[in-house]
Amino acid sequence: MAKVAMTVNGKSVSREVEGRTLLVQFLRDDLRLTGTHVGCDTSQCGACVVHVNGEAVKACTMFALEAEGAEVTTIEAMANEDGSLNVVQQAFQDYHGLQCGFCTPGMVMSATSLLKDNPKPTEQEIRDYLEGNICRCTGYHNIIKAIMAASGQDMPSMAAE
Amino acid sequence: MPKDSATGTGIGASTKRREDVRFLTGNGNYTDDINVHGQAYVHFLRSDVAHGRINGIDTSAAEGMPGVVRIFTGKDFEGIGGLPCGWQVTDKHGEVMKEPGHPVLAQGKVRHVGDPVAAVVADSLAEARDAAEAIILDIEELPAAVNMKAALEPDAPKVHDDLSDNLCYDWGFVEENKGAVDEAIKNAAHVTTLELINNRLVANPMEPRVAVADWNRSNDEYTLYTTSQNPHVIRLLMGAFVLGIPEHKLRVVAPDVGGGFGTKIFHYAEEAFCTFAAKACKRPVKWTSTRSEAFMSDAHGRDHVTKIELALDKDNNFTAIRTETLANMGAYLSTFAPSVPTWLHGTLMAGNYKTPNIYVNVKAVFTNTVPVDAYRGAGRPEATYQLERVIDMAARELGVDPIALRRQNFITEFPYATPVAVEYDTGNYPATMDKLEEIADLAGFDARRKESEAKGKLRGLGVNCYIEACGIAPSNLVGQLGARAGLYESATVRVNATGSISVMTGSHSHGQGHETAFPQVVAEMLGIDASMIDIVHGDTARGPMGMGTYGSRSLAVGGSAMVRATEKIINKAKKIAAHLMEASEGDIELKNGQFTVAGTDKSVAWGDVTLAAYVPHNYPLDDIEPGLEETAFYDPSNFTYPSGAYACEVELDPETGKVTVERFSAADDFGNIINPMIVSGQVHGGIAQGIGQALLENCIYDENGQLLSASYMDYAMPRADDVPFYAVDHSCQTPCTHNPLGVKGCGEAGAIGSPPSVINAVIDALQSGGHKVAHLDMPASPSRVWAAMQG
Amino acid sequence: MYAFDIERPTSIADAVAALAKEDAQALAGGQTLIPTLKQRLAMPSVLVSLSGIAEIRGVCKDDAGLLCIGGGTTHGTVAKEAVAHYPGLAELAAHIGDPAVRNRGTIGGSLANNDPSACYPAAALASGATILTNTREIAADDYFQGMFTTALEEGEIVTEVKFPIPQSSCYMKFEQPASRFALVGVFVAKFADGVKVAVTGASNNGVFRWSEAEAALSSDFSASALEGMSLSADDMIADMHGTAAYRAHLVAVMTRRAVSAAK
Repeated sequence: MAKVAMTVNGKSVSREVEGRTLLVQFLRDDLRLTGTHVGCDTSQCGACVVHVNGEAVKACTMFALEAEGAEVTTIEAMANEDGSLNVVQQAFQDYHGLQCGFCTPGMVMSATSLLKDNPKPTEQEIRDYLEGNICRCTGYHNIIKAIMAASGQDMPSMAAE
Repeated sequence: MPKDSATGTGIGASTKRREDVRFLTGNGNYTDDINVHGQAYVHFLRSDVAHGRINGIDTSAAEGMPGVVRIFTGKDFEGIGGLPCGWQVTDKHGEVMKEPGHPVLAQGKVRHVGDPVAAVVADSLAEARDAAEAIILDIEELPAAVNMKAALEPDAPKVHDDLSDNLCYDWGFVEENKGAVDEAIKNAAHVTTLELINNRLVANPMEPRVAVADWNRSNDEYTLYTTSQNPHVIRLLMGAFVLGIPEHKLRVVAPDVGGGFGTKIFHYAEEAFCTFAAKACKRPVKWTSTRSEAFMSDAHGRDHVTKIELALDKDNNFTAIRTETLANMGAYLSTFAPSVPTWLHGTLMAGNYKTPNIYVNVKAVFTNTVPVDAYRGAGRPEATYQLERVIDMAARELGVDPIALRRQNFITEFPYATPVAVEYDTGNYPATMDKLEEIADLAGFDARRKESEAKGKLRGLGVNCYIEACGIAPSNLVGQLGARAGLYESATVRVNATGSISVMTGSHSHGQGHETAFPQVVAEMLGIDASMIDIVHGDTARGPMGMGTYGSRSLAVGGSAMVRATEKIINKAKKIAAHLMEASEGDIELKNGQFTVAGTDKSVAWGDVTLAAYVPHNYPLDDIEPGLEETAFYDPSNFTYPSGAYACEVELDPETGKVTVERFSAADDFGNIINPMIVSGQVHGGIAQGIGQALLENCIYDENGQLLSASYMDYAMPRADDVPFYAVDHSCQTPCTHNPLGVKGCGEAGAIGSPPSVINAVIDALQSGGHKVAHLDMPASPSRVWAAMQG
Repeated sequence: MYAFDIERPTSIADAVAALAKEDAQALAGGQTLIPTLKQRLAMPSVLVSLSGIAEIRGVCKDDAGLLCIGGGTTHGTVAKEAVAHYPGLAELAAHIGDPAVRNRGTIGGSLANNDPSACYPAAALASGATILTNTREIAADDYFQGMFTTALEEGEIVTEVKFPIPQSSCYMKFEQPASRFALVGVFVAKFADGVKVAVTGASNNGVFRWSEAEAALSSDFSASALEGMSLSADDMIADMHGTAAYRAHLVAVMTRRAVSAAK
């Protein structure tokens, strides 16, 4: 066991963890932040995406000890201060960009990273960026629409429905 | 029912989903988010061979490992029931299917890679896994039956030693049709024959399966939290047939469930194990599947090998269809496996066409592979794929337009009794095809093809129709067909004193948005705001016996139960209102949440009546009981028959064989629609899964029964850049005639309707490039397409 | 995963010392190693994380005009910071894995692992890069020694990679549909003194140079110079995603496309 200290969603936390404790286990099991999900064991599905020092990271493919001193942000801290949905979250609801909700936290975290780097992404840029986030429910259609809407863009005519 | 909502939250409104708020903020409550104080963890030691005899399991070293609570093997489950099969198929000779045992942990033999051999319960998952590695298995590997044709050979290895062979059943449907079908094919002007494979798929809901079981030593009650589409069914199957726990001592909770697509219908060994072990260990026991485990333990889907013949007369009218299918059951019969290639497949072989003679033969085969059961569409995609492929092939052979050939043979009069034992109530197939031609801009295809060709690409257009049968019922009929369950649905509408409402439904939502759509129906009926209504589901302790969600049945069956229960509420509330207003019950009207007396200005509000029901001071106690809570069980009189027409345009890179879907259009007839936004979302998701089946996904075993596509490294899931935006329309509506909402169901349509149009488009693209490829099996992966182009 | 300790040295020297322990193993970005550990396919006693070593991170151009990339530099950083100097390499980095993977995975980790389907080995080989370790410099031609095999000794750390910058270059990847790794990836680099072509994903022997194509392109850098040229399928990988013949075919297609798109 070793001690790890980091800032999670703005709060300093410190715990004793094993070397093999993944960041996602630390978040889910130690901190009870269960919004970050685990959907695979080969680092592909992206249900576990969180932000570490402002960058999207797969929390299932990083050890908790490697986040020593880092600023970690999870889905639980994404809403506005008054608790209302933020722009990306609201767009996902408005455009029905989620169904079962399991991939959703990772999608929101990835979408947020994308818009930080690229505030007006094209449809293709969004599709490319989401390569590491698998959704089995939505067929991605409304996720793409939601992200375009969150960036303040009009949808292409094909997406009218 | 009016189409447009009076309240803005009623029927026909694209109400935003209320469940989204918790999912978007990380506040969902999925099974793996549930931890019970003091819980232990189980790791299953699974077979790494496809077929083997268990000569010994030495757990002695593992027993003493740190943290080990107890180690279980098949011996611990001797005398305990195996996992039951919920459907018994009778074959063409009148014999019932072979039904081998399915132990919770393997006994005597292992029969597929992933078959659980032992289970280690320990204080932590890591300790359980450490100890599992110390178990010494003595398993003598046996030759495996993997390929279905080979498995039916007389000298094939037997999956089950106590059965005469690997044939589960040989089903003929409709057996009386066979002579006429053979005769029609013999006399046909043209017969198109197609042999094809419907590829094995893994459902892959993004949430892997989880089970957490607890046993209460003070009252001998069990609670199982599980990732299920139908917790009541699990309670019945596991309680009555596996563990012998009466329902009143067993609570099954399926909280937020991260997608199902069929694979979370079934009762699985891990659920029964955790429940059993919780009492045996006197500790809560938790199991969380890894994705790798999911690939070798979740029931797979599809896996048919089919020969279909379509006969036409000299005017290109369809005269007969004859099919022969081998359907893989895997190593054991999963809960509803036998019904999928039979009643969910044979009954759909007429499709949208008036073919007078149809005969379907299905041989179900045991193999040393993971059990195969229902996956989104379940039997209906298999029927649609073969039918719509063979029609396309016939059109090419005859040199006629594939859309015209379909139109010529459409069923146009309803109700229509098919030669495969079902009666379509309504539909308008020319209308959906008209709509498709419009939204897909088929007129513009030639110009788009020229653009593709200018870039060195081939472009293809594929079209197909589909018909689905949803809401399988009625129970007395399905009982005759072999179902061991009823197929009704329940609803309890509990109106509280202040007028708020809890609706307990037996349906289960794992992405479908019931929490939003169901209140729209009740709100519409009562004229109150939908925000006053909550849906309660997924907990056997909180609602009446229900059958769950699958087969696009929730709204057609569960919604109908809700309507019936709400009608009872309205009837009783009117009696109360009549008493309060000293009027005759027959004069009471309910509108916009107000009870009025016809022809007067008297009124009482919804809340006045509900309060009176629970504070019955001024109340007709001589006539009716206090309270306002009603339950209904709805058993449909027929299936519902959604239908549609789909079009796909692909671009094909002739140098690499890579196919990309450029356009996809779907025109569906779902009858009446409650929430158009949710319906479109369901179609989108289904289409992506259909494109996945057609181009990407393939579950492959090698000849020894090793699973080659065992993770997302090799099983290609559709990703955002694999699919286009879809054009979806559901404005063609022929309401169902036999349920109160006139709804048909939309959950599976996309997955049923899309694979044939994708492959039809690929064939069209290849032929446009001069490649004489008549058929290509799914998935049309780059390597397969390239190989086909090499001739 | 089996149990292990994690050490986070902040200097190369400390990392080398830590790696001297029995069954110690270096942990770079972990994007391949961690999934391997989950499958219990490796059993280190200590993982020595290299992510805390600032001196092995960064992208710069040295006085000799070489692009120098620290071994601990993530793909995401290379994608952003190499683009002005070596766009072909930046483009390659920008398409490894997915964005979250690129924020953790490092060039040193990729080269040390030498996965037969990884992208970076093709760039290093086609660029004639030099791999610097804590003890020595290794030419790319000597470094790659077959699937998952390199010239690295036990405990040796990739500290830096120096890339000669070609006049023009391009990496063309044909993705395996499931993993999105390279089913075939071809890096073409045109230098004043000739053209190099390196192929990943295709061969049972790992990344390799296609010398016949190099010769043809060195005298005529155009796709047409490759007309009719094909590779033997003998040593090509065959699996559920493609036959050996398909991979051999794709190498030729991707090479032509890389030449046409090189800039």
